[in-house]
Amino acid sequence: MADSDSNIFELDRLLELIALMKEHGLVEVDLQQGDQKIRLARAASGEPTVISPAPIAPPAVPVPAEPVAEAAETEDANIHVITSPVVGTFYSKPNADAESFVKIGDMVDNETTVCIVEAMKVFNEIPAEARGRIVAILVDNEEPVDHGKPLFKVDTSS
Amino acid sequence: MYNRILIANRGEVALRIIRACREMNIETVAIYSEADRDASYLELADEAYCVGGARSDQSYLKIDQVISAAEVGNVDAIHPGYGFLAENAHFNEICRSCEIDFIGPTPEAMEMLGDKNRARDLARQNDVPIVPGSEGLVESDEEALKIAQQIDFPVLIKATAGGGGKGMRVAHNALSLQTAISQAKEEARAAFGNSAIYLEKYVEHPRHIEVQILADHHGNVVHLWERECSTQRRHQKLIEESPAFNLPDETRQAMCEAAVRLIRNANYTNAGTVEFIVDRNNNFYFIEVNARIQVEHPVTEMVTGIDLIKSQIAIAAGEPLKVTQDQLQYSGVAIECRINAENPEKNFQPCPGTIEQIFVPGGPGVRFDSHVHAGYTVPPYYDSMIGKLIVHQPTRTEAIQCMLRCLAELNVRGIDTTCQMHSEILQHSDFVEGSIDTTWVERTFFA
Repeated sequence: MADSDSNIFELDRLLELIALMKEHGLVEVDLQQGDQKIRLARAASGEPTVISPAPIAPPAVPVPAEPVAEAAETEDANIHVITSPVVGTFYSKPNADAESFVKIGDMVDNETTVCIVEAMKVFNEIPAEARGRIVAILVDNEEPVDHGKPLFKVDTSS
Repeated sequence: MYNRILIANRGEVALRIIRACREMNIETVAIYSEADRDASYLELADEAYCVGGARSDQSYLKIDQVISAAEVGNVDAIHPGYGFLAENAHFNEICRSCEIDFIGPTPEAMEMLGDKNRARDLARQNDVPIVPGSEGLVESDEEALKIAQQIDFPVLIKATAGGGGKGMRVAHNALSLQTAISQAKEEARAAFGNSAIYLEKYVEHPRHIEVQILADHHGNVVHLWERECSTQRRHQKLIEESPAFNLPDETRQAMCEAAVRLIRNANYTNAGTVEFIVDRNNNFYFIEVNARIQVEHPVTEMVTGIDLIKSQIAIAAGEPLKVTQDQLQYSGVAIECRINAENPEKNFQPCPGTIEQIFVPGGPGVRFDSHVHAGYTVPPYYDSMIGKLIVHQPTRTEAIQCMLRCLAELNVRGIDTTCQMHSEILQHSDFVEGSIDTTWVERTFFA
């Protein structure tokens, strides 16, 4: 437990803060002590309201999660990202002994098969649906992927 | 016991199942559509996979994607929740053929009881009272008229493949029978791809009372008493409670025993609900079996202290029931209000949008099952229920009092909800006196 002198959640302290907010015309104050959080916000009427604290932080990190960070960055307008339409296992080659469907630097067009995503024993051949040069391969062979997972980057200006 | 379970659902029930699994130390795999990508409850699962686009038929209903996620996620079992694929016998079979347990009944039991006409036959064979009606499917208009005259008008025309109130029409006399039949058949064909119908006597102003059952894989079947679900609008339940108010004990006992008899003889396993209608003279008639866990399961959990989701998982994993019928206890009264993002004053128009602020009620005997929070955006693609508010108190009067207090506390800003409507219903003298039936809400509030 925090020392009561410096515990920001003590009622007296909160009342003090609310008075200070009014005095100084502050609209919102976020406070955090350890992993406890509270937000004081003054509504339109001028009376401060306490908004419920954020939900408890979860212990586990989801895997695989949202699209990888590179896809979220501002993209060059000419870069098209090929994403997986289905959940399944990504295969970069048609079978173990063969060459990869595509390598970095290869040119592709709309119908070029770039990979297989296997779902329930069905081997879905994924078409590029873009014209250009493969500039990045974002997943590894046999990696699990889901709907929307970025797989390849294609430079369509090539 | 399972190591890992995939939850083939979303929102409130997905969170419910994740919670049960976490307490049982079972890992969870969640699935989500593009519209649910930012849902906070997903972070409570060990893994989460996007299975497709926003629309249900592009994601939550895509069997191949759900199974694929189960394989990639390396799960032992799938919990289907309610709705979506929960009563899809085909999905059930595919799970089993992929060596993934389906947490629910066998496909055979599901199919038999899902066919209402066959379920009625089974009831008839097991001394479970059914509404007087046709002995099977009705093939022609002449046959329909003959039966209707035998059982007396008004009659209810029902689709054998129906559900959710669809494929049903009432005919009050011989003149309107033919039209009502073709309308019911058309609706059934469109909704279920099957226009076969049967006839029942139409019971006016019935109460909808259902019995919760659990059956394990070792031949043990128990009931967990009944839930009253008469507070409905257009066949959608609004409020549920247990016990059913003013139901004579002999009737309750007979209904519960009938439910167990039916379930046992159908070789039905896992959780299920046997639905009855009860007329003004406390005669009860079997309607159908819901071969899944239901939205209103918390009502039964509160009065019996039994966690139904954990029970489902344990049963599916092969464990025998932990309690016998004699050991099951019952206490107090529980009421549940389904809180929807809808505006009752605009014909219950759904109100998707972002919840700016939400204050959740609490206190003794209060439970709020919900996946929403401040900042959550209610998507427009799915049902509009944002949470279930359940209270449990020693008496019905106290339960109503508590629920009214909680509804007033449940402050949701940013979207419309049905909280106010629930308050009005709970304060109405008819509700307090318990003299309600399945069309009472519509007649009283929305006529």
